[in-house]
Amino acid sequence: MAEARNTYKSGADEAGHFGLFGGRYVAETLMPLILEVEKAYNACRADPKFAAELKHLNTHYAGRPSALYFAERLTEHFGGAKLYFKRDELNHTGSHKINNTLGQILVARRMGKTRIIAETGAGQHGVATATVCARFGLQCVVYMGAKDIERQKSNVFRMQLLGAEVRPVDKGTATLKDAMNEALRDWVANVHDTYYLIGTAAGPHPYPTMVRDFQSVIGEEVRKQLLEAEGRLPDSLVAAVGGGSNAIGLFHPFLDDADVKMYGVEAAGRGIKTGEHAASITGGSPGVLHGNRTYLLQDEGGQIKDAHSISAGLDYPGIGPEHAWLHFQGRVNYVSATDDEALAAFQFCSKLEGILPALEPAHALAYVAQVAPTLPKEHIIVMNMCGRGDKDVFTVADALGAKL
Amino acid sequence: MSAAIKAKVVDSSNRIAARFALLKKHKRAGLVTFITANDPTPHVFMDILEGLPASGADLIEIGIPFSDPMADGPAIQLSSQRALKHKTRVDDVLEAVREFRKNEIDTPIILMGYYNPIYHYGNQEFAERAAAVGVDGVIVVDLPPEESEELTVHLRANDIHMIFLTAPTSSDARLPTILKEASGFVYHVAITGITGTASANEDAVKVATMRLRKHTDLPIAVGFGIKTPEQARAIGAHCDAAVVGSAIVDIIAKGVDATGKPQAGLTMKVLEFVKSLATGVHGAWP
Repeated sequence: MAEARNTYKSGADEAGHFGLFGGRYVAETLMPLILEVEKAYNACRADPKFAAELKHLNTHYAGRPSALYFAERLTEHFGGAKLYFKRDELNHTGSHKINNTLGQILVARRMGKTRIIAETGAGQHGVATATVCARFGLQCVVYMGAKDIERQKSNVFRMQLLGAEVRPVDKGTATLKDAMNEALRDWVANVHDTYYLIGTAAGPHPYPTMVRDFQSVIGEEVRKQLLEAEGRLPDSLVAAVGGGSNAIGLFHPFLDDADVKMYGVEAAGRGIKTGEHAASITGGSPGVLHGNRTYLLQDEGGQIKDAHSISAGLDYPGIGPEHAWLHFQGRVNYVSATDDEALAAFQFCSKLEGILPALEPAHALAYVAQVAPTLPKEHIIVMNMCGRGDKDVFTVADALGAKL
Repeated sequence: MSAAIKAKVVDSSNRIAARFALLKKHKRAGLVTFITANDPTPHVFMDILEGLPASGADLIEIGIPFSDPMADGPAIQLSSQRALKHKTRVDDVLEAVREFRKNEIDTPIILMGYYNPIYHYGNQEFAERAAAVGVDGVIVVDLPPEESEELTVHLRANDIHMIFLTAPTSSDARLPTILKEASGFVYHVAITGITGTASANEDAVKVATMRLRKHTDLPIAVGFGIKTPEQARAIGAHCDAAVVGSAIVDIIAKGVDATGKPQAGLTMKVLEFVKSLATGVHGAWP
């Protein structure tokens, strides 16, 4: 306990807990493997060569740093706060997911694993995983809910072009949570050669910490870039939250800057009151699923409920445990935006900025649209544009009644 | 045996210890059967449950259904889904045990499931009510010893055994961590995989149980991948009890129509199969 100063950055503890949340709730067969992943990750963390290798890949393969862009026309449109986008949609593969898959593939290689499995909802993490597997010549199997395959066909084909096998999951609700169940079942059966590359800041320890660390490059860049552009830190950070990897990546480097307010925007689907949403904090309660204790959507009997969101990437009935803890501590505000609000944001962002946002950051923008007009002109908001909307054009067309 | 961890002291009223003592006295391996509560319907489940002891089940595991059974194969996943169609909750499972105990006081009952329904119910309340209705042990698949204290403390206070799983991946270095918390018996998972998929390998089980015996005096039950009376006999030769789940649940699955309605004679079919398993297991020891 050398650290005497109060900090929000000390988690997870040695057992993988963020206060009440997090932990390692897995079957015994996986437990030794989870401990092995933790050991391998700690060794990577302590090795400057690992950091150098990852930095090289981030720069030359993923295209980092991503731009910090002053969204001038939207700022004008809102008539209040000054809005910046962190352009993580410009990364290779079109989202922030590559930050994490590059980091984890290096860990997997050091562990000597030859087969990579992943789960995916919108397909962005699946594509990012298939990409790094192609880059390093590793076998790749991606589990994807049958329902998500239907609404994200282009990403399915992208993964196949990259050499991955996409396995449809028709069990349970046939979405992201079931894909994660199936990936865990695969891992239990193939522990000797397989590495499970989890895409979000959730799951058993050390995944929430590891994914956060790899995504923190987002917030670290923002800090530097905004200091250059404005000579100061932002007033507010806004990011969409499903599992919460892009949000924790943006927030984490600023957690101890008391004046920086943070907003995690959950998917309110058809409205929190309708029960058809994916807002685990706003509309859920603490429970244990997929290896960690966190906020979950569940019924009175502790059965996990279906999530709903127009965005496949937010359509998950849980949230990363560090977010659960940050909510509990009151450090981050968790708010929500509906399908309709996200759709509206998708459209005005396209028309006013010439940027097609993914439906996930469209939720973040929908929240910005609510608060920016009420804030003074010197208030600086940085929103994470964590993915591009090309993958969503069919979903949006369908929602708007357009025939393609 | 100096490093061996002694079994927790259990009093004679403890059904699990009494049952394994009886098996030892009769010089035979035991049969542990698994069925999911309220599968396929509350009524048929109760009939099967009440028929199990006379059909040769020495210990009974009752599954608490869960929407996301990560460690289970298709058979038990589907049994959970059938049970959840009847809105089965922890209270319903406890009520079934209370009903069972009206006529059966010797056969140990072990509840097996995932942590969330129990956690959501409340650990203390769960332990107290489970003890009150006559539950003897609890297996929580996704609650390793590192996370289990918050539940175990209440189970211990209510004389309910927390039964832990060991796996082929549990190293000698790790076994003491698991076994120092274990009581009742040790449940060894025979395969690296989910329930009802690969077949348990007799040689691997032999090696594993010999390894476990160096670390514990508790009885050892082996499960995952035992599907036939022949396999039950072969595996039973190397342990104190063989666990069969998916193969029983599969018969239930085949005995319901598309609407989930059980066919006539389903209970008999299940119990006949259990009898054949018992014959297999009971002949396992020389």
